[in-house]
Amino acid sequence: MLKAGLGRVIKVLMVLITVIICNFALVRLAPGDPVSVIAGETGASDAAFVASLREEFQLDKPIHVQLGTYLANVATGDLGYSYRQRRPVADLIWERMPATLLLTGTAFVLSLVVGVASGIFAGLKRGTWGDNTLVVLCLFGYALPAFWLGLVLVLIFSVWLQWLPAFGMQTLGFTGTWWEQAADVARHLVLPAVTLSAYYIALYTRVMRSSVADVQSSDFIKTARARGLSRRRIIGVHMLRNAALPVITLAGVQAGQLIGGSIVVETVFAWPGIGRLALDSLLQREYMVLLGVFIVTSVMVIALNIITDIILAIVDPRIRKAAA
Amino acid sequence: MTINRRNLLLSGAACTGASVFGFASLDEAFAQATGRLTVCLYPEPPSLMLGLTQTTPAFIVAGKIYQGLLTYDFDLNPQPGLAKEWSVSEDGLTYTFRLQENVRWHDGAPFTAHDVVFSTQECLPEIHSRARANFASVESATALDDHTVEYRLKTPFTAFLQVFEASGAPILPAHIYKGTDYRTNPANESPIGTGPFRLKEWRRGEYIHLVRNEDYYKEDLPLLNEIYFQIIPDSASRLVALQNGTVDVTGYDNIDYVFMPAIRESADFGITHDGYQFAAPLATLEFNTRSGHVADKRFRKAMLHAIDRDFIIENIWFGQAAPATGLVSSPTRYYKDTGPLYPYDPGQATALLDEMGLQPDANGVRASVKLLGIPYGDMWTKLGEYVKQSLSQVGIDIQIENTDPGNWASRYSNWEFETTFCFWYQFGHPGLGITRLYHSSSIAKGIYGSNTAGYENPEVDRLFDEAIREIDEEKRAAMYGRLQEILIEDLPNAPLFEIKWATVMRKGVKNVVTTAIGICEGFETATVE
Repeated sequence: MLKAGLGRVIKVLMVLITVIICNFALVRLAPGDPVSVIAGETGASDAAFVASLREEFQLDKPIHVQLGTYLANVATGDLGYSYRQRRPVADLIWERMPATLLLTGTAFVLSLVVGVASGIFAGLKRGTWGDNTLVVLCLFGYALPAFWLGLVLVLIFSVWLQWLPAFGMQTLGFTGTWWEQAADVARHLVLPAVTLSAYYIALYTRVMRSSVADVQSSDFIKTARARGLSRRRIIGVHMLRNAALPVITLAGVQAGQLIGGSIVVETVFAWPGIGRLALDSLLQREYMVLLGVFIVTSVMVIALNIITDIILAIVDPRIRKAAA
Repeated sequence: MTINRRNLLLSGAACTGASVFGFASLDEAFAQATGRLTVCLYPEPPSLMLGLTQTTPAFIVAGKIYQGLLTYDFDLNPQPGLAKEWSVSEDGLTYTFRLQENVRWHDGAPFTAHDVVFSTQECLPEIHSRARANFASVESATALDDHTVEYRLKTPFTAFLQVFEASGAPILPAHIYKGTDYRTNPANESPIGTGPFRLKEWRRGEYIHLVRNEDYYKEDLPLLNEIYFQIIPDSASRLVALQNGTVDVTGYDNIDYVFMPAIRESADFGITHDGYQFAAPLATLEFNTRSGHVADKRFRKAMLHAIDRDFIIENIWFGQAAPATGLVSSPTRYYKDTGPLYPYDPGQATALLDEMGLQPDANGVRASVKLLGIPYGDMWTKLGEYVKQSLSQVGIDIQIENTDPGNWASRYSNWEFETTFCFWYQFGHPGLGITRLYHSSSIAKGIYGSNTAGYENPEVDRLFDEAIREIDEEKRAAMYGRLQEILIEDLPNAPLFEIKWATVMRKGVKNVVTTAIGICEGFETATVE
C-alpha cells in the first residue's frame, strides 16, 4: 500500500513537470510577445521602451535559462510576477478563486443533483411521456452552445421579466447584512450556473438513464425482487449504487474543470473567474499568468482524479479488491 | 443622505435645470441626485499608474486620480489643470507655469513645483515613451518657487503646450517615487494622485471603485460621491447594462456600432461625439512600401480608388465615422482640408493598374496582395472582407491573414506584412501625432508607432523639422498644410476615415464630457440624477 502510494506520488510529480515544460514551450510557440502587445495598446513606443520591457519580462535571456529559472521558482512555490499588472501571479489567481469555485461548484452540484434525479426518473419510466420529454430536453442541453443559451436566458429573465440580474457577481455598492449580500450574490449566480450546468445535466441524465435501465434487468435485481424487498430498498440500495458508477467517473471529469472555470460563461455574464484571466493572459501573452493558471489547474485535476478513484473504490468493492 | 454644502450645491445645479427637466420642486431634484455614477469599462486596464501604462481604459479610470498641468477644450486650446496660468517667452524657448495652490496628494502631502520637475524631468522620461519624446527638447526645468515651474528649451518646440494632459504627462508624487524603482514601487498598486477621486477598491475582473477626494483643492468639488467602473467583457451584456440602467455611461466603441442607430433613436439616452478631439483617431490602410506591388504609389492609389469609403462608413461603421481627407484628422491643429481625394472610381483604379503594366490573367487577377487582418473587433474583420471583395472587382486579389492582437502588433512592428489596417491617435498636433509616422528618422524595426511604412521623403523630413520650430503661427500652419498635401500625394498610408467614437449617457447624467479628452477627464463637475 505504501509502495503504491509512493509510486503514485512520483507519477504525479512526473506529470506536473511534463505539464509545465509542455505548456512553457506551447505558450512560447504563439507568435508575438507581451512587449509588442503593450506597445500596441499604448499606441506609442520607442527603442528604450521596448528594451526595458524585454529586460523586465526577462525575455532577453535564452529560453532554456528562462525555463530553468521558472522551474526552480515553481519548486519553491513561487509562481512568478506579472509585469503587465505589476502583481504576483499567485495573487492574481487566488483572488479569482472564490468566484470561480462558487460558480463551477454550484454548477457541479446542480448538474449532479438534477441530472441524476431526472436520469433515475427517466430510467425507471422508460417509454412514458415523461421519459420522452426528458430525452428531448437532453438533446437541447447537449446541442445548445453555452453563449447562446446564456444570451437567451438573459433576454428572458433579465430583459423581459426582469427577475434576475443580467451579469456581474454582486450589485455594485450594495450594502446590507451578510445574509442580504449572500442573497444578492445568489441572485447573480442563478443564470450563469444554469447556463454552465445545462450540458452536464443532459449528460448525467442520459448516462444515468441508460445505466438504470441496464441494471434494472440484471439478475441481482430480479433476485432482490424475488426475495420480496421493497421497491424503495431495491432502487435506493441495490440499483443506484451500481448505476452510479459511470456517473461518478464522469463527475470526476467535470470536477477537473472546476478550477479552470469557463471562458464563455464568465465572459457572457461578466463573472470574475479564472477562465477570463486565462483568456486575457493568452491574448496579452502574459506567459507567467497563463502558466500559473495551467499549473494550478493541473494540480487540481490530478487531485480530483485521486479523489474520484477513492470514491469509486468505496462504492465498488471490485475496484477495491483489484487494487489490493 | 446627509445635507452638506456639496449636496446643496448639487441640488442647486439640478435646480437651475429644473425648467428643462420638469422638476416640480427642489426637493424632487434633491431626491433624485444619487451621487454615484457607474461607467462601463472594457477592456480592463493592466494597472492604474498612468506613468507606466497609457492604455485608454487606464486613462479613463486614472484620469480621475492623477492630473496633468493642463487639459484641453474641444478646440484643443489649453485649459487650467494643475497649472492655473502659463506664459511663453517671445523666442518660444521659455515656458512658465503658475501652479494651483493648496493642492494635496491623496496621502495628505502638499503638492509643489518639485513634483512637477521630478515627474517631467526624472521619472516620466525613464518610463513613459511619449513623455520621453515630448520632453526631449527641454534643456532645464526649474522650480522657481513652490508654485512656479520654468522650462527652458534647447530649440523651440511649438507643440509644447499640447503635451500636458494627464496621460501624456501625469504629475506623480516625488515624495513617493523619488529615488525608488518606479516600476516596482508598491504605490503603483494604490495610486496616489491629486485628482478629484481616489482609489477605494479594485476587484479584478469585476469593478474599480473610486470615491470622492474630500480634500480636493477646489472647494465643493467634485460633485459625485463615488464612481464605479464596471468591467463587462461581452458586447451584448454592455448593451443590456446600458438599457437596464446598470451603467450610466459608455464610451469609445463599448457599444457595438450596429446598435448605435437604435440608441440614437431612444429618448432615454444622450449621445455626444465630443471629447474625442484629442485622440481623433484616423483609420488607415497601412502599406509596407519596402517591396512588392505596394512599393509603387500608383498601386496604392489604385487600391484607394477601388474602396468605397462612404459604403464603409454607412454599412460597417453605421455612421460612427466620417470620410478622411488626408493623413491628419479634422479636429487636429493645423488640419488642412485638401478636399475629397481619390474618390471611389474603379475605372481610375484599373487605369492606374494598366499604366503599371499589370494585366489581368485568365482569372481576371492582376495582382495578389496580402492583408494582415487587425484583430480589434468585428468591424475590422468586416472591413477586411469588404476590401477583399471590393478590390477583386479591379483585379486585385487580397489574401487575408488572420491574427490575434499579440501576433498582429508583433508582425506589424517588425514589418512582416504587406498591407494592414490601423488607427492613429493624433494627440492634438501633427508634431505629436504624425511626425513619428512619416519622418524618415523614425524608421525603426520592432517599434510600434514608428514609421512602419518605410516612407522616406527629404522634403517631408525638412518640413516636419522646421514646422515644429517655427515660432510664427501662420508660417507654421502653411508648413503643416504643405506637409499634408505632399503626404496625400505620396500616400505612404491610405487614409480611410475618421472614427467618431460616441459617449452614451443615460438621461440625467451631466458634465461627463467637458474637454477634448472626454470621459478620461476628472469628472469634477459630473452629476447624475
